[in-house]
Amino acid sequence: MKILVCLKQVPDTETKVKVAADGKSLDPSDVKWITSPYDEYALEEALRLKEAKGAEVTAVTVGDEKAKDILRNAFALGADHAVLLKGDGQGDTLAIASMLAAFAKDKAFDLILSGNKGIGGDNGAVGPMLAELLGIGQANVVVKLEVGEGSFRAEREIEGGTEVVEGSLPAVITAQKGLNEPRYASLKGIMAAKKKTIEEVEAAGHAPATGTLAMALPPARPEGRKLEGDAASQAQALMVALKNEAKVF
Amino acid sequence: MILVFCELKDGKLRKPSAEALSEGRRLADAAGLKLAALTVGASAEGAADAATYGADLILTCASPALASYSSDAFAAAIADAAKAKGATVVLGAATAMGKDALPRAAARLEAGYAGDVTGLSMEGGKLQALRPVYAGKAFATTGFTSAIQVATTRPNVFPATEKAGAGAMEAVEAPAGGFKAIVKEILAKGGGKVDLTEANVIVAGGRGLKSGENFKLLEDLAEALGGVVGASRAAVDAGWGLPHSIQVGQTGKVVSPTLYIAAGISGAIQHLAGMSSSKYIVAINKDPEAPIFKIADYGIVGDLFEVVPELTKAAKAMGVGAHH
Ligand SMILES: Cc1cc2nc3c(=O)[nH]c(=O)nc-3n(C[C@H](O)[C@H](O)[C@H](O)COP(=O)(O)OP(=O)(O)OC[C@H]3O[C@@H](n4cnc5c(N)ncnc54)[C@H](O)[C@@H]3O)c2cc1C
Ligand SMILES: Nc1ncnc2c1ncn2[C@@H]1O[C@H](COP(=O)(O)O)[C@@H](O)[C@H]1O
Repeated sequence: MKILVCLKQVPDTETKVKVAADGKSLDPSDVKWITSPYDEYALEEALRLKEAKGAEVTAVTVGDEKAKDILRNAFALGADHAVLLKGDGQGDTLAIASMLAAFAKDKAFDLILSGNKGIGGDNGAVGPMLAELLGIGQANVVVKLEVGEGSFRAEREIEGGTEVVEGSLPAVITAQKGLNEPRYASLKGIMAAKKKTIEEVEAAGHAPATGTLAMALPPARPEGRKLEGDAASQAQALMVALKNEAKVF
Repeated sequence: MILVFCELKDGKLRKPSAEALSEGRRLADAAGLKLAALTVGASAEGAADAATYGADLILTCASPALASYSSDAFAAAIADAAKAKGATVVLGAATAMGKDALPRAAARLEAGYAGDVTGLSMEGGKLQALRPVYAGKAFATTGFTSAIQVATTRPNVFPATEKAGAGAMEAVEAPAGGFKAIVKEILAKGGGKVDLTEANVIVAGGRGLKSGENFKLLEDLAEALGGVVGASRAAVDAGWGLPHSIQVGQTGKVVSPTLYIAAGISGAIQHLAGMSSSKYIVAINKDPEAPIFKIADYGIVGDLFEVVPELTKAAKAMGVGAHH
């Protein structure tokens, strides 16, 4: 089985967002870049399938030179191949999906795993777009996956429940928290990863269909107030405030 | 034309779809465009509801093969209808289904996509979207260069406004079949409770709850307020048997209810990212220095094990239950 795992490099969740001087992008100073957390579940699932059934795992990212870090990490965790598609990996989702599709098209992957969203951009679009561009099925926001001979069964999160999706392979599966518990890289893995070669390809795809025109911080919330007294009077004061001031009820 | 993908459930238009449709109406009026609703499924029962929210035209794509949801089939139905009608803007709600089908439909239309938007406008004939990024730590304005522009609207943000539309019904052709993936079964959880992202009131608990059993206290309060229970990642990861699906934060659900009550939650940056756009925030924490108080409208410094039952009592006594 051949598995492709799509990894996006994103700002760490601890990042305090500052808008850059251009007024439309993230100020990159002090930003630590990581593999998007949902992509870690995708990679872990690929590695588990490799261990259970035997598979060749290719990690791919659209990005720049610094995105090689997440590919090294994928090597350290157990990926067999790593490919850097050199292009804008932070921008338009249609462009990124088409670059991934152009790369994957002739390579006969049986399964493509991605995150359900890349945190930061929070688009949640590249997985389904990639599936459409390749003309294959998808299951999105998946918390459980079973892979059979040429078919899959996935459980995905929906409002107030779980949906069981069945389909044929190849397919794109986008990972959600709960799918698995990602492993940590071993020292041996980290050392071995240093010797492996990252394949570099110029990305080719659709022109960007969207662009960010402006970015701003949300307005600061007005100062709140603390409710005084014992528990019973605090509770009473809160309910009155919610009803009369906030008019929540 | 603006086309809005509308979800039907039990023969009724879903509320998030009514919201998307209302916003579609507003944009159509602003840009001098017609508004079409599209329903996809085994039957078109309930599709006529779309006229209540201003649809000039109601397209129904009905076929027994569409009884169960299929990403590829629904995306094809949406994209094909958009093409057939020459729609330049395609909207839907950012629900589990909308977030699954619309980006796929966008790719089919070679269109740009803006997901989970909280504001829309038409500028020079093209859609512009305001959307939270970094889980709400910032807002981005997205512009489009593609001929067709696709967006999903975040539930609970846009008002569902009744406005009569002509609502002319028209059946459109259903995708042929041979679908690549299809829903076989739906495993309902929690007795069909409202999803966090659609809830008006959320009572969330953190590590301060100390055990899964203690979440019963929050459930009681949530029930009294007509809300649902959420949790911090620390609580979800503590092995207390809480489902991942109730995690709020940057790597969980991003929510914006009318009322968010955080009990025993410190207010880590990743948690704040997921809930700081709530209309009213109440924090209950025994540590007066807890960062959650910085964003709370109302703070209660105290022991949640005393405060929460008192709140439940007070809520029941007042007979409250949130409206929109
Ligand atoms: C990559 C990454 C992603 C993350 N994503 C998320 C996410 O999506 N959502 C999320 O929530 N976190 C997330 N986190 C974790 C986050 O950093 C915090 O660890 C977590 O939010 C802390 O949860 P907590 O507030 O419940 O626990 P704590 O920080 O331990 O706080 C517990 C609070 O309870 C109070 N308390 C204790 N007992 C009582 C009592 N009897 N009465 C009243 N108050 C009491 C304490 O004073 C304290 O403030 C993420 C972290 C990382 C690294
Ligand atoms: N630049 C990229 N390179 C590789 N994969 C990506 C890239 N951007 C997004 N993806 C994949 O698509 C998923 C969804 O991303 P997004 O649509 O940006 O939220 C991510 O979790 C990744 O698996």
